[in-house]
Amino acid sequence: MKLNERSLAFYATCDAPADNTGFLYKKGGRHATYHRRWFVLRGNMLFYFEDPASREPVGVIILEGCTVELVEAAEEFAFAVRFAGARARTYVLAAESQAAMEGWVKALSRASFDYLRLVVRELEQQLAAMRAGACPPLPRRPRPLLPKENGCAVWSTELPAIPTATSASARPGPEPPPRPPRRRTSAPGEPLDRVSFARLHEWYGQEIRALRGQWLRGQAQP
Amino acid sequence: MRYNEKELQALSRQPAEMAAELGMRGPKKGSVVKRRLVKLVANFLFYFRTDEAEPIGALLLEHCRITREEPSGFSISFVEDIERKYRFECCSEEQCQEWISALRRASYEFMRRSLVFYRNEIQKMTGKDPLEQLGISEEARFQLSSLKA
Repeated sequence: MKLNERSLAFYATCDAPADNTGFLYKKGGRHATYHRRWFVLRGNMLFYFEDPASREPVGVIILEGCTVELVEAAEEFAFAVRFAGARARTYVLAAESQAAMEGWVKALSRASFDYLRLVVRELEQQLAAMRAGACPPLPRRPRPLLPKENGCAVWSTELPAIPTATSASARPGPEPPPRPPRRRTSAPGEPLDRVSFARLHEWYGQEIRALRGQWLRGQAQP
Repeated sequence: MRYNEKELQALSRQPAEMAAELGMRGPKKGSVVKRRLVKLVANFLFYFRTDEAEPIGALLLEHCRITREEPSGFSISFVEDIERKYRFECCSEEQCQEWISALRRASYEFMRRSLVFYRNEIQKMTGKDPLEQLGISEEARFQLSSLKA
């Protein structure tokens, strides 16, 4: 199969922060020897280089559809990247410490595009529900994320470039509904989603009465 | 560069986000239009001969640019050589727009930015981190700092 390898190499070496990096021992195919390689995880691609200074990866393990497990192996701190299918290969890798192994297993098991898309859809739905009406209470238990079949994905909005956390820059896409003015911090002590409507009504009512009082006094002056 | 071709082939058999028969022209000068079955799965675009089960090729869609091309077509090129274009011809303006939208969203990096964006929006509205409930708030890949400057 043809593959745009130059683009792959670019993705491997671009200067965006990687999702995980480090030395791992990789068992070379049918031969029993382990080779020490510099690994770079970016997105759903696990690249491996001769060393950190290499300009091009030796290879890449495309991680989509894999499972990651601990294994019994002669090597310490070993784990495996497994794929489904009859003649699918299992990659046995070994880290240099317990902590490194755990870090890799964690990073690799959540590296799929599919998983990321699931999380994004979940957040998108939460946000849409919040904007559509009253804030529904956020679920108290983590909802199980079931693997879904890819039907026809329906995306309602084109996503603009991401502003920084602190700026509220103009967005080229469809405008979200205007937000109510910022509440001052004299909020009810509890998180908003747990406060009863009656309490919220009373609290907002007090604020409105205070503002109205100010305005009336302002009007009274010449 | 070595890669796990079997797994890539297996991926090409997964349910697709988009699939259609389109006219396709390779990036080399003088290449002709050929009918191909084009299939979008995860962040890969596979292309098949119309009567074959195994793809001829795949394009990883990271750091790519999707451009509208007249008439009713689009091209895909990559940041490291932006003029080298893979061209596709659709049968209608509508189909063309559908593909362009889908392809622009079909990268890990786009999804990552989306996640950071929604996480931030929800946090601003509720004061809570939605990733906490999913148990993944500390994942390095979901932090603002993971985005390219």
